[in-house]
Amino acid sequence: MYSFFYAAVLTILFGMMACKSSDQLSTSGPATSKEHDKSDLEAIYWARIDSSRLNFTQADTDFMTGMIGHHAQALIMSRLAPENGAGTEIQTLAARIINAQDDEIASMQQWLRDRDQPVPEVHIEGLNLMMHSGSNDDHHLGHMDHSDHTDMPGMLSQDQLQELSEARDSHFERLFLRYMIEHHNGAVIMVKELFSIDGAAQDEEAFRLASDIQVDQITEIERMRQMLKVRVDL
Amino acid sequence: MQPNKRSSKMMASNLWLLVPALALLFSYGCTPKNVIQPSASSSASAPLVPIDEVNSPDPDPRIGLSAGLFDADEAFWNLRMLSQTPPPENFLGVTNSDLAFKDNYVIQGNYNGFIVWDISDPSSPSLVIDFVCPASQSDVSVYNDLLFVSGEGFGGRLDCGTEGVGEAVSEDRLRGVRIFDISDIKEPEYVGNVQTCRGSHTHSVLEDPNDDDNVYIYVSGSAPVRPEEELPGCASALPEDDPNTALFRIEVIKVPLAQPELAEIVNSPRIFDDLEAPPSHGLSPAELADIEKARAEGAFVGEVNGQPRVLHLRMVEMLLDDVVEARGGSGEPTAADSAALRENLPQILEDLSGTQGDTERRGPDQCHDITLYPEIGLAGGACEGYGLLLDIRDPANPQRVDAVADSNFAYWHSATFNNDGDKVLFTDEWGGGGQPKCREEDPREWGANAIFTIGDDNKMDFKSYYKLPAPQTAEENCVAHNGSLIPIPDRDIMVQSWYQGGISIFDWTDPKNPVEIAYHDRGPVNPDRMQMGGSWSVYWYNGVLVNSEIARGLDVFELEPSPYLSENEIAAANTVKFDQLNAQGQPKYDWAPSFALAKAYVDQLDRTKDLSEESITNTRQQLHEAERASGDERRDLLTALAEEVEDLAGTSGHAEKVNKLASTMRDLAS
Repeated sequence: MYSFFYAAVLTILFGMMACKSSDQLSTSGPATSKEHDKSDLEAIYWARIDSSRLNFTQADTDFMTGMIGHHAQALIMSRLAPENGAGTEIQTLAARIINAQDDEIASMQQWLRDRDQPVPEVHIEGLNLMMHSGSNDDHHLGHMDHSDHTDMPGMLSQDQLQELSEARDSHFERLFLRYMIEHHNGAVIMVKELFSIDGAAQDEEAFRLASDIQVDQITEIERMRQMLKVRVDL
Repeated sequence: MQPNKRSSKMMASNLWLLVPALALLFSYGCTPKNVIQPSASSSASAPLVPIDEVNSPDPDPRIGLSAGLFDADEAFWNLRMLSQTPPPENFLGVTNSDLAFKDNYVIQGNYNGFIVWDISDPSSPSLVIDFVCPASQSDVSVYNDLLFVSGEGFGGRLDCGTEGVGEAVSEDRLRGVRIFDISDIKEPEYVGNVQTCRGSHTHSVLEDPNDDDNVYIYVSGSAPVRPEEELPGCASALPEDDPNTALFRIEVIKVPLAQPELAEIVNSPRIFDDLEAPPSHGLSPAELADIEKARAEGAFVGEVNGQPRVLHLRMVEMLLDDVVEARGGSGEPTAADSAALRENLPQILEDLSGTQGDTERRGPDQCHDITLYPEIGLAGGACEGYGLLLDIRDPANPQRVDAVADSNFAYWHSATFNNDGDKVLFTDEWGGGGQPKCREEDPREWGANAIFTIGDDNKMDFKSYYKLPAPQTAEENCVAHNGSLIPIPDRDIMVQSWYQGGISIFDWTDPKNPVEIAYHDRGPVNPDRMQMGGSWSVYWYNGVLVNSEIARGLDVFELEPSPYLSENEIAAANTVKFDQLNAQGQPKYDWAPSFALAKAYVDQLDRTKDLSEESITNTRQQLHEAERASGDERRDLLTALAEEVEDLAGTSGHAEKVNKLASTMRDLAS
């Protein structure tokens, strides 16, 4: 493709001058083998990206796997907002939590996939969360309830989820805020725990993901506290 | 010389005339493949178009760009690319970050260290040194012969080693600010560092106007607090449990210029104290509109903790019953009761909310970035859920003077002032920069900029949002990021990074109506999945726009004249020169008198029709003559013209600008 293009350009006098081609990449080296250099550079780039994905620990993997489930519960909670009579402000908050945590789940799944680790797939049916580990043997982690994931900080019990799903209007808003603050606090604790483990979060992507989760949720906790404050139980 | 699609445009059109068939074939084989060029022409003679009538290319050529690391499709509008230079081999595949400038050098941070480029020839930057010293994010700043580099990640080592730090507690770890002597920029010398409890995500350098011997560094660090075993004195408890907590404060480092190795933390100001009080978390315009609508429909609207709330009907009924009871009546409340409730509502709500007793102290516990604007004595702090205005006239003791919040803002990231210092723009790095937040379905108010005016009392007032207008794919991380003002006289024009959303240049002179006037964008790094890349920082420096591309390296652009930015306005911008620049230590732009400056003012008056066509033509003609003349003749022509122009001020729609034009002429005459 390129050589055809290059030949065509040569025949048209100033052809190269008139277009932006991949040859425009400037390097400080001689101009003769730029195209060759460029493909070499690209090969080095992808090789380095691949090798950067070898530097991780079991703690990083456990964090990603756990946080996917943790985020998934935030989706369940947030999806209740429109149906349960939340006002504009809480619906906006819930929509943003869904948007943010959906994307982060995708990033954490990608992180695991890139490292050939089992990738939990999230299935939500109403208040029930089912997670399948795609890369392994379709291991069924079952319903999210007291016996499953509540060992993660901030996770609601199935009873609490039920309670939230039955709340309406201002009562729902307050309960949603209280539970989500607790839930977010749990995520922040999980990041702190990760960072306290030898060798963990050395991986750039893991550090970035965990840090972003930490700062986003700390910020959102504060925002929700403000929201809760103006929703005084009058 | 590098082939350059824009400067060779004229050549292309000649070809078009000479060998139409070949040119057609050629243009078909080349341009659509790699570069998506809007057809809108933009020559020096292009008519000047008011900024509220911008006609951007439609369909937007940024949509549908094909992917590639070094060969992605690109779209340009009113920008000319001078060069794109891949990272040096040691730094390939490692994140490029922020930029600082000194003389003809660009210093580009990279998670692997930093890279020094010589851009004396911006169409062919040459590598001066790639200094390996890993740490994220390697945020860089320059002050004279010193270079400061931020370290936050866990792998940064005091000895610059590449092996990382395996233990959670280690005496080898560097999290804080590294200091290099770059008096010989080819051989940077690592002279010292300052460790901080939360590392340094970013930092900003502040000069003390009253002290030539020291500079100050404000350190922002958002990572969790380090264990005390690693760095003594670091505590992460809440302030009520430990007054020395590293939370809820920033760090101020004092650097003795003669002995930078003695740099140390001299203050940890608690700029967030009492932020719980109003102004509280603000409502978005949509939410305020809901409240106004409810108010118009007769709802009871009260203020609780500084924020308007529509009261639930049930609560109104309860309060009305109280009013009835208080006047000793019974039964249904009357219109008078209703009026009484409305009148006393503020007090009633205050009494009620005062009994709720939420005394737990919070607020942001860190800033992400602080932009210092010493010329006006203020800094813009982007601090978690808040945008702060700080008084920095006493550099070691910044004081908070205002705070704003916005329910559309997830994470306040950075600030940029306009040159006059009466506006400030904050960015929202929703999702942290690693997520694709510019998709069609992502709200335009999320992950955007928020523009505020700053009143005489230093109070900020929200005006509008600005978000990259072109939707991006799910394979492109995209959100508002770093940028800087371009010194176009008398206009607020900013160039800004949007990660893989590319670069957007927009005019925010009218803070309520920011408008895009130029851009550059590439397709995704990877066609199949999100792969971190895009523009981390793009800053104007001495006539060029320098872009740190996370994956692709260093890009250099220059502005191309358009109906929205004239050749004279660009020439006037290019008269502003610095010998060093840190975008987070914002310099004031001053324009020395020049013909370019005078002509830029004339173009602006022409664009907004604030002078008659006849006056514009006449002024241009006489300026032209004066420029060709010299000595006394030039002086006399300019003096006469200045008088003529001053007389026009009264009838112009923009007397202030007309007077600036006249005074530029007088300055040129003297």
